[in-house]
Amino acid sequence: MSWHNTPISLMAKALAAKEVSSTELTQYFLDRIEAGKQWNAYLDVNAHLSLEQASKADKLIFAGKAGKLTGIPVAHKDVFVTRGWKSTAASKILAGYQSPFDATVVANLGIPDESNPYGAGMVCLGKTNMDEFAMGSSNENSAYGPVLNPWNAAHVAGGSSGGSAAAVAAGLAPIATGTDTGGSIRQPSAFCGLTGIKPSYGRVSRYGMIAYASSLDQAGPMGKSAEDCALVLSAMSSHDQRDSTSLADSGEDYGRYLNQSWQEGSANSAKPLESLRIGLPKEFFAEGLASDVAKSVNEAAKTLESLGAKLVEVSLPKTKLSIPVYYVLAPAEASSNLSRFDGVRYGHRASEYKDLGDMYQKSRTEGFGAEVKRRILIGTYVLCHGYYDAYYLQAQKIRRIIAADFQAAFKECDVILGPVAPDVAWRLGEKSKDPVQMYLEDIYTLSTNLAGLPAMSAPCGFNTNSLPIGMQLIGNYFSEARLLQVAHQYQKATDWHLRQASGVA
Amino acid sequence: MNLDDVQRIAHLSRLELSQAEAEAVLPQLQAIFSLVEEMQAVDTSGLEPLAHPILFLRDLAQPLRVDEVSESDHRKENMKSAPAQLEGYFLVPRVIE
Repeated sequence: MSWHNTPISLMAKALAAKEVSSTELTQYFLDRIEAGKQWNAYLDVNAHLSLEQASKADKLIFAGKAGKLTGIPVAHKDVFVTRGWKSTAASKILAGYQSPFDATVVANLGIPDESNPYGAGMVCLGKTNMDEFAMGSSNENSAYGPVLNPWNAAHVAGGSSGGSAAAVAAGLAPIATGTDTGGSIRQPSAFCGLTGIKPSYGRVSRYGMIAYASSLDQAGPMGKSAEDCALVLSAMSSHDQRDSTSLADSGEDYGRYLNQSWQEGSANSAKPLESLRIGLPKEFFAEGLASDVAKSVNEAAKTLESLGAKLVEVSLPKTKLSIPVYYVLAPAEASSNLSRFDGVRYGHRASEYKDLGDMYQKSRTEGFGAEVKRRILIGTYVLCHGYYDAYYLQAQKIRRIIAADFQAAFKECDVILGPVAPDVAWRLGEKSKDPVQMYLEDIYTLSTNLAGLPAMSAPCGFNTNSLPIGMQLIGNYFSEARLLQVAHQYQKATDWHLRQASGVA
Repeated sequence: MNLDDVQRIAHLSRLELSQAEAEAVLPQLQAIFSLVEEMQAVDTSGLEPLAHPILFLRDLAQPLRVDEVSESDHRKENMKSAPAQLEGYFLVPRVIE
């Protein structure tokens, strides 16, 4: 049985029917991880710990206490602190770090016990590679080497959740967690032919997620279909008192609309999306978009139209400005968040120093990589007295305009459709020398983080070099279940999400 | 922005940059800030800064809880990753001579 091609909804059925045990499934993926090291998708794997969790899951299944996800393996981005496994955020400054607690996301998905009665019962396969502290768009900023794209090993997997994307695309995990601060779930999902969703800000707890930019960071699943993502997101999302921006109204069944028509009660099964208005922002299809990406996304729009949706043009006039706004706000928050790494309580401490100040300085200088240092410098600068108003406050004010622009667009449409990124996965090293070149690649994903809206990526084609292309669906606040519904209806009508990379056996 | 600015913010960030590193990072920062300058053309008069997205939707009061001990003692686990420690305390270089 090729379990790595099996949707997790079917895996759950096989587990419930005792056709396979969680221990067998877990061993199957551990063997594939061992044989698939060339992608550099994982940073820490511990077969003993995984199998121990699988055995607990099997006991729950045997005792009739299994939930929908009990016994299904999952890989966690290394940004989530995880008891037992190392938690490094792909940084040297956290090399070997062992967290004393689990992130809420890890606990929510994990094996239930006395301290965590609501765990979904999934088995952790290990920690996936990422850009250091989630800063990057290609996964080339990891202190532990870049992740290779399973569709073509000469290309990047995308970032920052590149390890999670490569793990699922190479069949080294059935599904994985990611985080998205400026596109880090959606872009690697698009580059690796996966479906991934960044929920509305506040839906998923940030407790135990090593912070990059706290007002933008959101976690979500990356998997092979909208249906799989809906299952896992429902278990990830909860209200958490330990996160001050966790929303009291989070925690719902995100899969409840999957097989319904858009308009409740409509019986037209050939046109399930009838009365859905899809907005195409003209700024997302302007100069800079690769023609094969534009073609695939336009074809996806036509497919959605054939399912009953109505296409309308909308405008998000500040799309280009989302880049400078993001690259002021995110580094500002990062420079503050990363001040905790001082070599005192955890993490790397330099071996030689003159005094306390020198110890801070040398520990940080040795521990952080080039891109992290660059963003700390930018953040420190924009928060400096004299620049604060012109940069930081101005960016926060434009952030409000960007959020308002989306509300104007949502008067004309229910869901927004566009590309995830201007192009497909680029070649390793192609953009790593010029940070601005890399930042420009985030143009279509940043604005939803700034506004805090839910957005997802779903495969919609390939370019002439057989590299995957992703479409992006953006919804209004708390409309995740609706986005997943649209993506699911699209996936029922197409088979892009079922394609396998040819280099993956 | 010039090399002095770079060294000044590096110091504020508690990062060390050699002369060569500062010279390499300066044009990168200049390129980033020329992009950032595009923000200055936007009229934002009368607009409130938006610190995080939920504030766009509603006022979010700082959540409060009853002032009771809710955590047990995790000192041992919390000290496990300390680079240097003595009897349950973090060790740092002498601060007061």
